[in-house]
Formats: sequence, C-alpha cells, structure tokens
Amino acid sequence: MKYMLILAEAEEDFAERLKDEAAFEAYMAPWMKYTQDLQEAGVLLGGEPLEQSDKGTCVRVRDGKRLVEDGPFIDSKEQLGGFYLIDVPNLDEAIKWAEQCPAAKTGVVEVRPLWEIPS
Amino acid sequence: MPAQRATEETISRVARNAYGRLVATLAAGTRDLAKAEDALADALEKALIRWPKDGVPDAPEAWLLTAARRGFIDKVRREQTADKAMPDLTFQYLERLADQQEKSGWPLPDPRLKLLFVCAHPAIDQPVHAPLMLQTVLGLTADAIAPLFLVPVSTMSQQLVRAKRKIKTAHIPFVIPEGDQIPERLPGVLDAIYAAFAAGLEGRDETLMDEAVYLADLCTSLLPQEGEPKGLLALCLYQRARFGADRNDDDQFVPLSDQDIRRWHPDTIERAETALRAASQCGPRGRYQLEAAIQSAHIHGVRKNTSVADKIVHLYEQLLILAPSVGGTVSFAAAILAKEDPKTALAVLDDISEKAAPYQPYWATRGAVLEALGEKALAQEAVKKALSLTKDPALERYLKEKIASI
Repeated sequence: MKYMLILAEAEEDFAERLKDEAAFEAYMAPWMKYTQDLQEAGVLLGGEPLEQSDKGTCVRVRDGKRLVEDGPFIDSKEQLGGFYLIDVPNLDEAIKWAEQCPAAKTGVVEVRPLWEIPS
Repeated sequence: MPAQRATEETISRVARNAYGRLVATLAAGTRDLAKAEDALADALEKALIRWPKDGVPDAPEAWLLTAARRGFIDKVRREQTADKAMPDLTFQYLERLADQQEKSGWPLPDPRLKLLFVCAHPAIDQPVHAPLMLQTVLGLTADAIAPLFLVPVSTMSQQLVRAKRKIKTAHIPFVIPEGDQIPERLPGVLDAIYAAFAAGLEGRDETLMDEAVYLADLCTSLLPQEGEPKGLLALCLYQRARFGADRNDDDQFVPLSDQDIRRWHPDTIERAETALRAASQCGPRGRYQLEAAIQSAHIHGVRKNTSVADKIVHLYEQLLILAPSVGGTVSFAAAILAKEDPKTALAVLDDISEKAAPYQPYWATRGAVLEALGEKALAQEAVKKALSLTKDPALERYLKEKIASI
C-alpha cells in the first residue's frame, strides 16, 4: 500500500539548513538517519527535499490565459519542505513512519495514500 | 402468516444480537464496511423469504454469514475492479472464513473489538466515531443516528459514507492495537461509546442508552485486563439506574438530592458497583472510573442521607487533572458549593466564564452560588441566562420557579 509522506515545516526550520556548517550538519543528521532507516526497512520508494517556498512559482491557466506568480500556493506558517514515497502494509505502519520523521517534531507530516489509477 | 411473523421476530432478534459480529467478521479481512453491510442486508432479506418456507435454521447466524459471504463475493466480481491485489486478498479472506465456518461452526472469534478500534481510529474525524459505531456494530440507520447528534440526515449519511471510504482507501487496518498503543487508542473507543450514551441521556432515549451500555459491556468482556471499560460501564449504569427519577409524576424536574430513591433501579446500581469494584483492581484510576466513583458517591449520599461533599470535591480534583473540561469544572464548583464554600465555588466558575458562556449548567450553578453569597439580583440574572439556554420544558418550569424564589 503506497503512501506519500508530505512534509511541512515552519520557515524558521528551513532557515536552519543554511545558517552555517554546524547548523547544516545538525539539521541534516536526523534526516539522513531517517532516510537510512526507511531504506533498511525496505519501504522507501523515493523522496526529495524541496527548496524554500520563496523559490516557488505558481502557474495557473484561467480562461485560456496563463497566470504566473511568485511564491507558494499555500499561505501559511508551514510550507512544503519535501516528500517521501513509501510502501507499507497499512495506514498504521505509515503513521509510525510519519512519527519518526524529523519534520513531525517541529512541523506536520501528512500521510496520503497514492491513488491507484483504474485501467 | 404465523411462519412469516415468527421469522420476522427471529430475524430481528438474530440481527440485533449478531449484526455487529457479522459485519465485523466480513469487514475485518476485506476492510470494506459498506460492502459488508450491504451483503448482510441482502442476506437478511433472503432469510425473510426463505425461512418461513424452509424453517429457521439451527444456526441462523452461520446461515446469514454464509449468505452474506457469497453475496459479498458476487458484488466484488460484478465490480470488476482493475486493482488486482485487493480482490485476491478479499477472496482469500472469504475462503478462509468459509473453511473456518466448516471446521468450527459459529461463533467464530469475535472481531467486534477490532471494529470498535477502527471506528474510533484517529484518522477518522472524531465526531463521526460514535455514529460509525452505532451504525456498524448496532446496525442503526443514518436516519436514526442523525437526530441524536443534532445533524441533518444528509450530513450524517455523507459523514458515514466518507468515513467508510477512508477506512477502505487509506487502508486503516482491522486490528487490535498493540499493547503499547492501547493507552493511546482505548480512550477514543470509550469516548465514542460515552458520546452515544450521553446522546441517549440527553434525548431521553432508553434504547440508545441500553445500546451504549451494551457496547461498554462488550469492551469489558473483550478487554478484561483494562479498568477504564469497567469504569465506563459503571458510569453509564449509574446514570441509567436513575433515569426517570429526575421527573416526578407531574413531569417536573427533580434534582438529584431530592429524587425518590425508590425510582432508582437497585439491580442496575448493584451492577454498576460491581463493575466499579472490579475496575479498581486494574491499576490506577482513569477518568471514567473517577466519574463513576463520583456517581457512586452521589447515590450513596442520597440513599444514606449523609454528606458526601468532601469526597466528591476530592474526586473532581483528581478528575480535572486527568480530563479537564468545562462540564467537569462546573460540577466541581457545584460540589464546592455543597461543601458550603460559595466563595471558592465562584472563583472556580469565574476562571472558566468565557469558555462556559454557552453552557446551560454553568449559569444554573452560577445562580445557585450567587444566591448562597446573598447576591440576589446577580443570582436571578444568572438563572435567567440558564433559562434562555434551556430547551427542556420540565427544566424551564423548574428554573422559572427558582427565579421567583430567590
């Protein structure tokens, strides 16, 4: 059963990544451990971190016109920071993994099942 | 005609007793509550047609399970889903079920506890927990459930459909949580059962109260080591026992301290006491045990015409640490007033004045406290506010008299 772990963090925590080398290592260490744990458990299908939300660009098409704007589409304290794709037996297992994710401590992790497209 | 009637009564009885078990058995391995309910409904219809002719089978629940199992498979086949994994697992589970039935007959191991935990899973919107339980374990329709929770039928139907879809699509497992998860998950189950009981109490619906008692009792038998299910059962039974005694023959409201104890059901109280005693053997007291202990103390106080105010205040102090609530705090203030300390009682109420503003008992209690402090005008204002929030005509009359008498 495939799920996406959608990671949302407050921007202050994002900023931690970039402060200095020590801050960078401190920020990355739990993430690297987490990713390793997922791999070793054999549940990891994929995942990527995202650049900060101010690097985002919004694209819409309305009435045939393309509208491009600076910034993320969510206006909130927590912004999308990255995602993992995992394959686990059920929601409870996915929740257990979400709990381990560093983003859960300071932000929120949404667990969303992938949509199995009917053929 | 008699055969039809006998059949209908048998089916009613069987359905009532076995509904939850049958739904849970079908859903546990397929995770499809909606289909399980439909398959069972079809099986019940078939029984209504066949049993008057063929006679009621020796093991009616087993008959229903077989019919529902086959109907379930037919439905899945007809749907021809492209999701290959699901139907295989579904077929395998239903095949295993058929084997189990052949070997051990009925009853099969009871999956209802799993169903209760599913209904109260944190991934499901919390207000839907109790309605979902009432529907899937007790077979109540959305029509019957909606008014209990003060929502329109269409809203209730939608919420139930959404919840079942989520269970299926997000793959909420039908399992009893592991030991270390039980402290986190059990309160949700108990809260949902108590929400159903409270809806019954509020709506003066004895059938609903009895159904909630049934679920609480089910929890005690399926989780015999746990204290809180016994505490919940006791709490429900104490209130059940006194139901009706809060109205006299003129349909006037009678507060607890003035109730005619002959209108209380002694057997039900005894059952509650037994459950509460058993709960105390199971470790530190949780919130339901404390609430039950408070009820027990109230009843003891009225029966023996003795003051229990100190004990009750002490119990509320413990309860509010575990489970702070506006309702509990208001009752705490009332208990402090009963200890003849209206000044402290007022301070307790003042603390929650903002949150408690829409809560009728807050104003009624505030009125009583202000009256005890000699603040007649303020007391009347408070009781008037309580009156404005009251929908019960018997209570309205009581409060009107209170205003006049202050």
